[in-house]
Formats: sequence, structure tokens, C-alpha cells
Amino acid sequence: MSGTAKLSLIQALQTLHAVRRDGDVVISAMGAAREWMALGTNPLDLVFVPSSMGQATSLGLGLALARPDRRVIVLSGDGGTLMNLGSLITITACAPTNLVILVFDNGVYEVTGAQPTPASAAGRSGRDRIGFSGLARASGFPSVFRFGSNAEWANRIEEVLSAPGPVFGLLEVAPTIGAPGPRPPGPAPERARKFMAALQSSPSPTR
Amino acid sequence: MFSGDQIVSMLQDVGITHVVTLPDSTLGQWESAIETGGIALIRVCREGEAWAVAAGLHLGGAAPLVMIQCTGLFESGDALRNVLHDWKLPIPSIIGYRSYLNQETLPGDTCLVFTEPILRAWQIDYRLITGPAQYPEMVDHLREGRTDGNPRAVLIAEGRA
Repeated sequence: MSGTAKLSLIQALQTLHAVRRDGDVVISAMGAAREWMALGTNPLDLVFVPSSMGQATSLGLGLALARPDRRVIVLSGDGGTLMNLGSLITITACAPTNLVILVFDNGVYEVTGAQPTPASAAGRSGRDRIGFSGLARASGFPSVFRFGSNAEWANRIEEVLSAPGPVFGLLEVAPTIGAPGPRPPGPAPERARKFMAALQSSPSPTR
Repeated sequence: MFSGDQIVSMLQDVGITHVVTLPDSTLGQWESAIETGGIALIRVCREGEAWAVAAGLHLGGAAPLVMIQCTGLFESGDALRNVLHDWKLPIPSIIGYRSYLNQETLPGDTCLVFTEPILRAWQIDYRLITGPAQYPEMVDHLREGRTDGNPRAVLIAEGRA
């Protein structure tokens, strides 16, 4: 994360929430899941809690492949992305045009007490920093975006969501120090069944 | 032990739409037959990914199967725990059992020590397949998993590593 990051996770998600279409699938994990849930519920939200950390991008890939008629938006963190970097390659190998990966980079493992990730400047002996947007480009994403301010994100979000997919968006956000981990909003198997039913019954937006 | 065509026939019989895989020297021989057999093949970079990709496919209405070596089973423990036990998604799998038939290239391969205890630890209902005569048993086991909604695995004995 940049030391001068101006994006707020909550504001960034509010901006997304305002433009999210009814038929869009949104998969959220970790800190993003906590804040996304607070914005309200949608039958096509899949709050990936409990999760296997890092697997939200892979889950999104599977959904995007199974339902090419839907836009699938994945809200992940930098720590989770580091745990499953190979998934970026798998995604571009499959090349689902309907998949949008949004990574909220705060430089820390927020829910465990804000320890630095090994990609952040604070977590590296050389105090350099790993750029996730560069990793995404090298992984073959045709559309890569990077945002460090709320205004820029708000101005370009429609461009991000309509860019040729798969799309990778990096949002450099400030950590929410002391924030708890997300709580599951109900038993996972029951939520899976409801999600599948909603996916079957709700009309698909025109992509 | 089995040809690619036999595996494709089994997958079609069971109703599998996608195979999510990382090959070994046995499983990899089936890839081209799977692709030409009309079943989508998804290649992952590490086995843990496979369970989550399969979960997404299942949630989207597809019928995926994970096909990995036992070493990949070891690697992917947390991912399969989450998919099979937290979310209770009935993802079937084919697991290659390295060195079971032949330890020439890896004498004392510890895959023989850990594979079955780990399958039992993860509470996966599996069948060990050690010869071609067990083909019907393998098909039945996976087919039953599709009808009863439980995750099932077939553990296919392999030769050289």
C-alpha cells in the first residue's frame, strides 16, 4: 500500500454498491466482506466467510465460467491475493470476459492485528514494495487499473466494470486498524443453497 | 490402467461437465481425451485452487470434478476442508495414488504412508482402484455421489512417479 493512500475501503465499497447491477454476482472476502455486508444484502452476494484464505479469486473464476451471462465481481485483499498468486494465471488462461477482480491493498493482515504483508514496504527488508497491478499485467490481464483516491475510483468505476475482461482493479486503501474479522451471516450450506436458487431465478443483465 | 477414452466415458456417465486439474504422469495422459470428449478442462497452477474453482462451478450450476495427484491432495487441505465441509459442496474427485503399484523411481515414497490416512482424516468417502477390473466400481462410486449429494473420491493406483 502507498503511504499516501487516500482511498477508504468503506467509501470504495459504497461507490461500487451504488453502481452494482441487480444481476451482478459479488463475492466478498475478509475485510471487504465485513464492510460489504454492512451496506445491505442481495441474493446474489456470496459472502465468502468462512473461507480458505486466498481462494475468493478461484471461486469467482468457477462462477464466471459456469455463468458467462453474469458479471462476477470478486472483492479480495492483498494478503489473500498473495496466498493464491497462481490464480491470476489460471484466470487469464481461462479468460472469462465477465470476471472482475478488485483487490483492496492495505499492506497489512488487518484482521489479525495489522501485521505487514511481505509485499508491503514495511514487510520487506529493502523497504521496496511489490506492485500488484504489475503482477496482474504480467499475468496476462487485458484490463488493469490502479486507484489511490476515492475521486478517481468514483470517476472511473464504470470504465472498470465495462472493460474487456478479465479485469483486475487495484485499490490502495488505508487499513482499518482494530477492525474485527468478518462474521458469517448464517450457516454456509444454507447460504450456498439460497445463492444457487437466486442465481437460477433472477434475470441476467445484458452484459 | 485406464485409457483416456475410458475416463471420458466414466465422466460422461456420471454427468461431469468440467474437470479441474493439475496433471501427474498418469492423469496427464487423459487430458486430450477429456478435451476432445466435450468436457471442459481447467488447468490450475496449484491444487488448492482446484477445489475453489470447482466450488464456483458447482454454485453456478455446473458439475465439476477435481483431478489431482495425492501430493496435491496434501497441498490442498484447507481449500478442500472449506469447500467440502464448511460449505458442504459435493465435489467429486479423482486422486492419483503415486507409487502404489511401483516404487522404482521413488523407493520408500511416503505417499504410501499418508494418502489414505489423510483421505480418512478429511472424511472423504473413497474407493481404492488398483486394477482395470474395478472400472464399474469406480463409475458406481462417483455416480452414487452425484445422487446422494456427498463428495466422493476414487483413488487410482499409479506406477512410477
